This record gives sequence, structure tokens and C-alpha cells, in this order.
Amino acid sequence: MANPWQNSILVTDNITMQFGGLKAVSNLALNIAPRQIVGLIGPNGAGKTTAFNMITGVYKPTSGKITFDGNDITGLRPNQITELGIARTFQNIRLFSSMSVLENVLLSKHVRLKATPLEAILGLPRYTRARKRHIEECMDLLEQVQLADVAHEKATSLPYGKQRRLEIARALATQPKMILLDEPAAGMNPQESLELMEFIARIREQFGLTVLMIEHHMEVVMGICEHIVVLDHGETIAQGTPTEIQNNQQVIEAYLGAVDESA
Amino acid sequence: MDRQKIKTFLTLGLVLLSCLVLFWGEQYLGKFSTRVLNLAAIFVILGASMNLVLGFTGMFSLGHAGFMCVGAYVSAILTMSPESKEMIYFMEPIISPLDKIHWPVFPAILTAGLVAAFFGFLIGFPALRLRDDYLAIATLGFGEIIRIIVTNTISITNGSLGLKNIPPIKSLWVYWGFAIATIWILKQLINSSWGYAFKAIRDNEIAAEAMGIDIFKHKLMSFTIGAFFAGLAGALMGHLITSVDPTMFRFLFTFQILLIIVLGGLGSLTGSVIAGVLVTVMMEVLRFVEQPMNLFGLQIPGIPGMRMVIFALLLLVVILFYRQGLMGTREFNWDWVLDKVGVGRRKEKGVGVDG
Repeated sequence: MANPWQNSILVTDNITMQFGGLKAVSNLALNIAPRQIVGLIGPNGAGKTTAFNMITGVYKPTSGKITFDGNDITGLRPNQITELGIARTFQNIRLFSSMSVLENVLLSKHVRLKATPLEAILGLPRYTRARKRHIEECMDLLEQVQLADVAHEKATSLPYGKQRRLEIARALATQPKMILLDEPAAGMNPQESLELMEFIARIREQFGLTVLMIEHHMEVVMGICEHIVVLDHGETIAQGTPTEIQNNQQVIEAYLGAVDESA
Repeated sequence: MDRQKIKTFLTLGLVLLSCLVLFWGEQYLGKFSTRVLNLAAIFVILGASMNLVLGFTGMFSLGHAGFMCVGAYVSAILTMSPESKEMIYFMEPIISPLDKIHWPVFPAILTAGLVAAFFGFLIGFPALRLRDDYLAIATLGFGEIIRIIVTNTISITNGSLGLKNIPPIKSLWVYWGFAIATIWILKQLINSSWGYAFKAIRDNEIAAEAMGIDIFKHKLMSFTIGAFFAGLAGALMGHLITSVDPTMFRFLFTFQILLIIVLGGLGSLTGSVIAGVLVTVMMEVLRFVEQPMNLFGLQIPGIPGMRMVIFALLLLVVILFYRQGLMGTREFNWDWVLDKVGVGRRKEKGVGVDG
């Protein structure tokens, strides 16, 4: 596919992930422009989360190359990729269960800390000042995602929708250029999904983010994604705008099964 | 008076009180009680440092006795007088320049910690790529390897004969000074950004890595710090009983520390302190069960090791019915005390992350 944007932020050059005899993802070629919201859809087992795991460094692609913001990130460790500016959330919520909401978010600032452990132990100003600034930044962030009132509650005591939002907030706290959302609307009712859509659109504007999301709720995907990639059995079967995807015969077949013309 | 001031005031009061207690103990306590209290201080250091590795970072490591062994030997060799070295190393003379070294006690104890930390770093480098039971087995093995190396490097450690005439330290101030300093340093560390990183690794390694935390680096750091304090405690142990030999640091010793942190609560320094003192004192108090007894006309001969049976039962009960231990993951703090006595709480913003 030709590159319609001169400066893509994320390019995956035909990445393939093979587990033994199974090709979970084959020749995935994404080309995402800055500040775009891209949806990655497909039936269960299509390889969407595997694609996420390759981009975020959990798996090293069997072949292919991933370029983010001009850097080759193929095979880097997840923490190195996060430092370069890709943050993510998880399909099954992975909050730090022993910590409060604020502490969960604050953890994302740890890598930005320029002090040494010794300074922290002695409570020297370089550490305490940075820590104080980080706490303020995180409280601001929680304010923006409307979680400030529960900042000192235990993260896992929050209702489901808020836990999802906290996961996004925690990812945002790493100051990413791009955020990968793995089924952010899973388990949400229509009202909550609607709020989530508005929320994602808002953080994109506010933080100048590029968003890549896996989602099963079609209202959400069609509602906010500007570009959609459809996977099935690891193959990319379609790419395009929501309208193009909605009218694509192959996509309809993948989701609903092929229509037997002769019947 | 606002709460923060009250807390500072209370902390100062507590420091003063512990100084008074130590002063009183130094003056009036008998030799035996002092020795038990000193041993308790050593177990507090051991419990707290192992809790950092196991309770806070979630690494199931069982090599603590090995690092103690390193610490005990380093400090002993550095502080023994050249004359007594000449006398003790009669199988094979000690190698140069160790035979002439005669350091004061304090730098030797700190060096012991540093050498143990270095060993921790060396062992952690390959071992921390493993996790859970595999890590436990690997660290247990490394702990034993250290002990066996110590047994066989006769010209350095005097082998299985052990070392005697280590300069003794008797003062409560030294042992409890080290214990309090250890607790303070670990508390500062655990409440810092690094401490939260450790806890994040324990809670969810995958998420921690996705939030930018270098898992291996942090695990290695926690492990090395744990080894440092284990070495320190080992050195103190040597100066308390004035002799060391390799059989002291069998892996059963690690289980005694494990007992302390499980009883106190995995992930609570306060718990380790309380359980450390409690277990050490009980160890002595319960000596009577190993004496021959007359139980309702039934003659029971003295069985050495009966105390451990009691601890084993205690551990069973804790694991079955009270898994979080004495403190769970809670810590002692003044807020709790002040809430109990009813001092008003001001709405503060951004607290909960402070010390």
C-alpha cells in the first residue's frame, strides 16, 4: 500500500510472528500517521493482541521490521519501547493491586526520575523536588481523567469502568507519543462506551497522541477511528476508512461467514 | 498544632525513648538478656533485608544464609589480630596480605556488607533471570556453594575448623544502632520511587515493564541491597558469638529468617521487626521444653530441637488460618495512632506517598 503520509509515526514492515507451526500474524504492514486514531479489528484469534505484543516488545517478530518515530524498535525490551514513547493498556486489566490510584499513575514517572536511590534514601532535594513535581503532574492528570476524587483509594477497589480509565491514565503518565489500547471498551455498557469514545478523542487532542486500538464494539470503532485494519487468521484482509470497511465483502464474510450464493 | 508537627514530635520522642531504653539496658540488664537482645537486633536486620527481596520485590530467594556467611568471614578475617591468626590457622597458614591485616571493627563490618553485596550482584546476575520456584532452587544452591567454598579454601577461611577469637562487641548500642539504621534506610527506600517500582514488579511484572521499568535492573538492585544487609548481619553475628564456622550458615538458617518474615507479614517492615524480636526471645524462653519433664506422671526425656517443633506448628497455623501474618502489608505509622486517640485529620492533598 502506498504511503499517503510523508511522516509516519509507526511503520511495521511486513512483521510476522510464528509460534511453532502457527503463524499468529503474517506480513502485517501498518503505516500510521501522527495524531491518527487507527482501529485494529478482526474475529477472535485473528492475531490482534499478538500484533500489539510485537509492537510493544513483549514478542520479537520472527521477521519484519518495526520503525517508530524514526527509530528501529524491532526486538527492543518493552521498557525501552515505553521510554521511546509507546504506552499501552491490557486486555485483562493489569493494575498494581497493592497500590493506590495515585501510586499506580506515579509509577509511570519512575523512569523519568533523574536522581539516584541514595538521594532518595537521604531525602536530598533533587529527589524530593522531582518527586513532588511528579505527584503534582499525576494529580493534574487524574483531574483530567476525572479520577482525582479517588486518588487515594486502592486501585483494585474501583468499579470496572474506572479501572479501565485508570489504565489509560497510567499509560498517559509515561508521556507517550502513541498509545495502544487493547479492547478499552470490553465489558462496558453502551453509555460507558460512548463516554470512552469521547474520552479517547479528547486525550488525542489534549496530548497530541496517536492511537492504535483493538476493539470489538463496532459503534466505538466506526465512531472514532479514521483508519481501520482488519485481521483474520493473522492475514491483513482489508485496510481503509470506516465506510470502506463496512462495505468490504471479505470483512463481512470474516465476521459473518461466507454467503453461499447457490443456496 | 498540625498533624505533621505532631508526627515529627512523636518520632523525636520515640528516638529519645529508645535511647533511654538502650541506656537503661546497658546499665542494668544482665549478660544473658543483653546477648538475647543483641541477637534479636541481628534477626531484625536479617528479617527486614530478606523481606525487601521476598516480600516487597516478590523474588523467592533462599540464599540469605550464604550472604551472611560471606559477611561473617570477611569481618572476622579483617578484625582478628595477626597473633591469633597465626595460632588458629595451624593446618595451613593464612595467605598474605590477610595475615597482617588488623582493622578496626566498624570499617570491617561495612566492608563485610559490601563484599556480600558484591557476591549478591554476581549471583543475581545469572539467577534473577529465573523466577518463582526456580529462583528459590538456584539461590538455595548458590547459598550452599558459598558455604562449601568457605569450607574448602583453608588458607583463607581455615576451612571447617572455623575462626575463633573474633574481637567481641557487647554493647546494645552497636547492634541496635545497626538495626535501627537498617530499618530507616529500608523504610526510606521502600517509600521512594524505587520501592514502588519493586512493589510494581511484585504485583504485576508485565505491567511494570510496560510502564518503562527495567525489571532485571530493579530485581538485581533489590537482591544486592538484600545481600548487603545480610552480610552486615553476618558480620555482627561473628562479633556477637566471637567464633564462626561454615556449619552455622546452613540453609536451615535461611528458614529461620523465612519464619520471621512470614510470621511478621510479607511486605511489612514493622512485621519483620516485631517478629524478629519475638522469635528470638521465644527461642530462648522455650528452652524449657527441651528439658526432661514430668507431665502428669509421664516422664519425658529432654529432646533437643523440640523448640523448632513449636515454631513449625506456629508456622502451620499462620499459613492455614492467618496467611497475611502479624501485619500483612501494613506498616506502623503515626496516623493510625493519632486516629485512635482522636486527633483531627486535616484534608491534605497529595499525601499517602510521603514518608
